[in-house]
Amino acid sequence: MSSDTTATAADQPPGGFLGWLDKRFPVMAVWNDHLAQYYAPKNMGFWSFFGSLALVVLVLQIVTGLWLAMSYKPSAEEAFASVEYIMRDVNWGWLIRYMHSTGASFFFILVYLHMFRGLMWGSYQKPRELLWIIGVVIYLAMMATAFFGYLLPWGQMSYWGAQVIVNLFAAVPAVGDDLSTWVRGDYVISDTTLNRFFAFHFVIPFLLAALVFLHIVALHTVGSTNPDGVEIKKGPKGNKWSDTAPADGIPFHPYYTVKDIVGLVVFAAIFSAVVFYAPDLGGLFLEAPNFQPADPLKTPEHIAPVWYFTPYYAMLRAVPPIGGSQFPGVMVMFGAILILFLLPWLDRSPVRSIRYKGMLSKVFLGAFVVSFVVLAYLGLQPATELYTLMSQIFTVVYFAFFLLMPIYTKLEKTKPVPERVTT
Amino acid sequence: MNAEGVDQKRRRVLVTATSAVGAVGVGFIAVPFISSMNPSAKARAAGAPVQADVSKLEPGALLRVKYRGQPIWVVHRTDTMLEALPTLDAKLVDPGSELASQQPPYCANATRSIEPKYFVAIGICTHLGCSPTYRPEFAPDDLGADWKGGWFCPCHGSKFDLAGRVYKGVPAPTNLVIPKHKYVNENTILIGEDEGAA
Repeated sequence: MSSDTTATAADQPPGGFLGWLDKRFPVMAVWNDHLAQYYAPKNMGFWSFFGSLALVVLVLQIVTGLWLAMSYKPSAEEAFASVEYIMRDVNWGWLIRYMHSTGASFFFILVYLHMFRGLMWGSYQKPRELLWIIGVVIYLAMMATAFFGYLLPWGQMSYWGAQVIVNLFAAVPAVGDDLSTWVRGDYVISDTTLNRFFAFHFVIPFLLAALVFLHIVALHTVGSTNPDGVEIKKGPKGNKWSDTAPADGIPFHPYYTVKDIVGLVVFAAIFSAVVFYAPDLGGLFLEAPNFQPADPLKTPEHIAPVWYFTPYYAMLRAVPPIGGSQFPGVMVMFGAILILFLLPWLDRSPVRSIRYKGMLSKVFLGAFVVSFVVLAYLGLQPATELYTLMSQIFTVVYFAFFLLMPIYTKLEKTKPVPERVTT
Repeated sequence: MNAEGVDQKRRRVLVTATSAVGAVGVGFIAVPFISSMNPSAKARAAGAPVQADVSKLEPGALLRVKYRGQPIWVVHRTDTMLEALPTLDAKLVDPGSELASQQPPYCANATRSIEPKYFVAIGICTHLGCSPTYRPEFAPDDLGADWKGGWFCPCHGSKFDLAGRVYKGVPAPTNLVIPKHKYVNENTILIGEDEGAA
């Protein structure tokens, strides 16, 4: 695409139908502000793939979910059988269902990579605090959606997983029992619970889409950051498309749209390989006990949440009851997620990107990633004394990354940040 | 807009009053929505007592019945099992069943039962609500030489003895709950109702 195409589009009002539309709705302004004249740093690289891929998977989940809802029955009597009906009798039902179940896991993989990218680039630092906070809210909404959705197949793992998580609310002092009964709508996980979880699972993704919209609006207000953490808006002005745009910026469209399509093709290949050849991914994406219908009288030999929840589950198990109450463990588990909100104010480093931070920041970030992965593994395993001890150690490491951040980011010697982005 | 001649004080009072009345309205309209999520009249009524027939329950065996959607265990304990109970007291959190909420008063005894032979309990772990696995054998490989029968919760590793008493150092904070129950005759236990209740 040549430079004058975009210039013309911006300077002259479009004619025809587009012109008619543009007089009534800011089509061209939106197109320009967010795509054709949204200038992103030219050095964003590999790690910038995951945000746009996550958006694609959100759309995939909403579409496949809508189609599943056409054949699924949210009742304790019929749910399990209706999933089997989708798998066996509905035309292409198996494909739609496997895309949905695989999509759920991949959504979390992409979002975890996207969040890790944020940690590396210091994307949560001023002025991107609100952008980060909206992101954490999106993560919470995703977890809620995934949790509600996991009950729907009404298998053994669905049932007992929901039983354990809803009972977490019962650990709240004083009002706990009433609270968990309120969440279930019954004294046990029942048809009532399944019905309302289906309603929540259906509606929260639309809230999620609205949050993603806010996330992008906030992003385009403050601008994208990059692996150098250099603010391109503060650098020199003027590039081949505009005299006022940042010199180190390139229009998102076509440069990043084309780049993201390449990422999408690679992602689609990996995603399809799982959907077609290993939809349960060895019990990681679809757990074996969930191929048995829910039995309220018998807990499976070993229960564990789906992999994307297991780091927090390991932390829950790591904390012993204090004063006869499970509440401290529940607090640690939710604290591990909520502490993400504070990140913009915990980082006191004068530099943004991990490239120019000191050794301490690199070691702590590395230890944090290791602790997250190890906790995810431990949360999948049965509780043994050794594993519980390991969970306790890595829970401490996880929190140390956040709680010691104000100290180590101030202590360490940072490297000089270049004036302009590097390649 | 011309800000001249605007009585700011009066405007603030009006804004505050309108917001306050609005907030009260939101509070009122929230009540039916929140209450609607609590158990319905149908769910509340579904708590009829159930009977367990123990005439064919062999010594050492466990019977599961469903009451209010929860598993209820009835175990026929052998003499060996009963003799082992007092030897475990030192390892337990509440060996004397002092926490009144975990059993009716007539079960706050050494065997936590009406008849020592038959143990009745809600088969739900007091930690996070899994149903623990029945492990009646003594000293199995995985639970160690000191194991004198009981329940092991697969979810988070809580251990209970054959009177549903919780071991120290496990996630579950309290003993298993014993439901209200009574003997209709020698071989039939009615769960969900006792002599005190109507």
